[in-house]
Amino acid sequence: MLIDKVKRAAAGTLAAALLGVPGSAWADWGLNLPKGVTTISHDVYDLHMMVIWICVVIGIVVFGAIFFSVIKHRKSKGAVAAQFHESTTVEIIWTVIPFVILVGMAIPASHVLIQEFNTKDAALTVKVTGYQWKWHYDYLNDGISFFSTLSTPADEIYNGAPKDKHYLREVDHPLVLPVHTKIRFLVTSHDVIHSWWVPDFAIKADGIPGYIHSVWTEIDKPGVYRGQCAELCGWGHAFMPIVVVAKSKADFAKWVAQEKAAAGGAAKAVRSGGRGALVRVSGSAAR
Amino acid sequence: MSTVITHDEAHHEEHRPSGLMRWITTTNHKDIGTLYLVFSLTMLFVGGIMALLIRLELFEPGLQFMDPVFFNSLTTMHGLVMIFGAIMPAFVGLANWQIPMMIGAPDMALPRMNNWSFWILPFAFAILLSTFFMKGGAPAGGWTMYPPLVLQTGDAFPFLIFAVHLMGISSVMGAINIIATILNMRAPGMSLMKMPLFVWTWLITAYLLIAVMPVLAGAVTMLLTDKFFGTSFFNAAGGGDPVLFQHVFWFFGHPEVYIMILPAFGIISEIIPTFARKPLFGYSSMVYATASIAFLSFIVWAHHMFTVGLPLAAQLFFMYSTMLIAVPTGVKVFNWTATMWRGSMTFETPMLWALGFVVLFTIGGFSGLMLAITPADYQYQDTYFVVAHFHYVLVTGALFAIMGAVYYWLPKWTGHMYDERLGKWHFWLSVIGANVLYFPMHFLGLAGMPRRIPDYALQFTGFNQVATVGAFIFGFSQLLFVYVIYKAVRGGSKATGRVWEGAHGLEWTLPSPAPYHSFTTAPEVK
Repeated sequence: MLIDKVKRAAAGTLAAALLGVPGSAWADWGLNLPKGVTTISHDVYDLHMMVIWICVVIGIVVFGAIFFSVIKHRKSKGAVAAQFHESTTVEIIWTVIPFVILVGMAIPASHVLIQEFNTKDAALTVKVTGYQWKWHYDYLNDGISFFSTLSTPADEIYNGAPKDKHYLREVDHPLVLPVHTKIRFLVTSHDVIHSWWVPDFAIKADGIPGYIHSVWTEIDKPGVYRGQCAELCGWGHAFMPIVVVAKSKADFAKWVAQEKAAAGGAAKAVRSGGRGALVRVSGSAAR
Repeated sequence: MSTVITHDEAHHEEHRPSGLMRWITTTNHKDIGTLYLVFSLTMLFVGGIMALLIRLELFEPGLQFMDPVFFNSLTTMHGLVMIFGAIMPAFVGLANWQIPMMIGAPDMALPRMNNWSFWILPFAFAILLSTFFMKGGAPAGGWTMYPPLVLQTGDAFPFLIFAVHLMGISSVMGAINIIATILNMRAPGMSLMKMPLFVWTWLITAYLLIAVMPVLAGAVTMLLTDKFFGTSFFNAAGGGDPVLFQHVFWFFGHPEVYIMILPAFGIISEIIPTFARKPLFGYSSMVYATASIAFLSFIVWAHHMFTVGLPLAAQLFFMYSTMLIAVPTGVKVFNWTATMWRGSMTFETPMLWALGFVVLFTIGGFSGLMLAITPADYQYQDTYFVVAHFHYVLVTGALFAIMGAVYYWLPKWTGHMYDERLGKWHFWLSVIGANVLYFPMHFLGLAGMPRRIPDYALQFTGFNQVATVGAFIFGFSQLLFVYVIYKAVRGGSKATGRVWEGAHGLEWTLPSPAPYHSFTTAPEVK
């Protein structure tokens, strides 16, 4: 934590000194992946850090050897070139050791990947459809559905007004989800390929016309989580953010009830139980 | 060696047209090599200007200078121009100049086809660049041309497809020529396992080109028929599959990235032994590593598609095969390091580029390894982390190797030494500029900035500004490169035949500048 802060401050100072830019007041100089708010996102973060540290160690060894040679084995210091040019032993060693390290990385990576594919037993299913350039959310269990569109005014984009803190990361109608609930997303697209990405969930799922791409999450903490479309989709690619508001189960149930009331009972709330619409159904029955 | 011809004789024996016609009708490997290199340098600046416009727009959040569609056109065209216009022709130009000299041949095997394969390129790029002036603007769907988005391109669409076809034809002809030359025209005694590594890596690259350029041609032809002739190869509503395009494209696209790096491996394997005054460590393992990388390049393509939702078994397979590439690539880096170890090094400009290559390409390799880890790739895919990765391998990798090669062989080509002081300035400005430009992109990607966006959330401002400053340092320092080349072509201290104290290889047995028909009598290789 402290190291992170020091790094950020150092990077910020360096860049500010380099540039002397007024804009740097906005930036937060984030250096790393967010840890996120799901078990999977923590696992992904750990994988990411593991590989980084392995790379750092290999880098220190290899770059160390290169710089040692560059400093010591230079002609101006009177170095005389040795003439060795092969060693089967050494070559076998530096083929086998990397291979072993790779196996060591592949095992936890496979484990996390297999977890990520387990979309069974979701309590809630949301169909996510990409449009040029907005998202459509459809709560299949509750019959709630709506578009979610960028709410940043054009004035801010075209520099006619000061930019809000959540510039380009704010929508008119956020996706509301319950915490501690296994949620399945069925991602698809209405037109071109989009990609639904919320870094805090470690989910990036391409929405492709003709395909249903199934992914899942289970959020640990209530909060607001922001992301945006990650696949080039034309003019408005930069302008289709994702905002997720994660609420406690009780608050989510209230929200569902409100939405349904607002929709004038049009929603087919056949299966809603006593606690609003949060119905536990098995994964396969969720459709 | 009986082939030493003096400078004057080399010029007097020629009966060739002068002026423009010389360049249009030439079948000489050196002339064609020069044409390729000049063309590639021109395209480097064309693509570079696009990159600077992109960085200018990204200096601050908000839309300042351009419409998002024009921005998308810039990113698309920057990719196409740099890959097909700058990097690939530069390697073909180097192959043209060097392969005959390095294997002891008078010229390339198929000189007329050589002329043709070059002269297609200016037309291909004239067509491609002309799309900026068409209704609907230049292609804006990304250089990867994914449908359905690419089908929304305006009038430019068929011109894009036709330009890609022309580039492919040019590449395949160049590749055939290189294979024919290497397999048939080596000096007596030069067995395959005695070939210089630049020749080896190009031989393997040429096979990759022949294998995959037709695949790209097929993919873009299917796009063309989808758009104009009512087919539905990639149209889900008509029973087709948008993901099919991605499979076919990356079956081309992954070998393509090795097409752009294997010759660079060859160049580095020539430069480092020369300036370490020590033979290359592990010659045969270098050859086998190159062949392994080429083979693996055909079975890793779907790592570009981890987020499309492939089945688990496919994702596991492509993760493992991709990770495996680290082994032969590691062998190469270790071999270069071992070549330097206990050498007697000097640091002329080509060696600086080679050292820059080894260190920075390895950083690109590390981020490549990170990207191979599928669950983590879900976070990195389509962000600036990927942009950082492929610019480390293609700019500080491929392009740095090309720069090193030009400095290394320029005295052989021109007969003059380049300006060493300016060369070093060029290197250090480039290496600082490129790192200030590309390193912060890792942070941007990890913090959540997607690629290909003209406007971004406020938390990304700081590093974008740093990157833009780096881009302008890096971009403008390339003007120095042009000046150094110009100066060396015009004059300078005379280069000896061997040029570098530690140089070995047939090209250094020729005088500098090398005679027009490199080896008129085949040298004997012991």
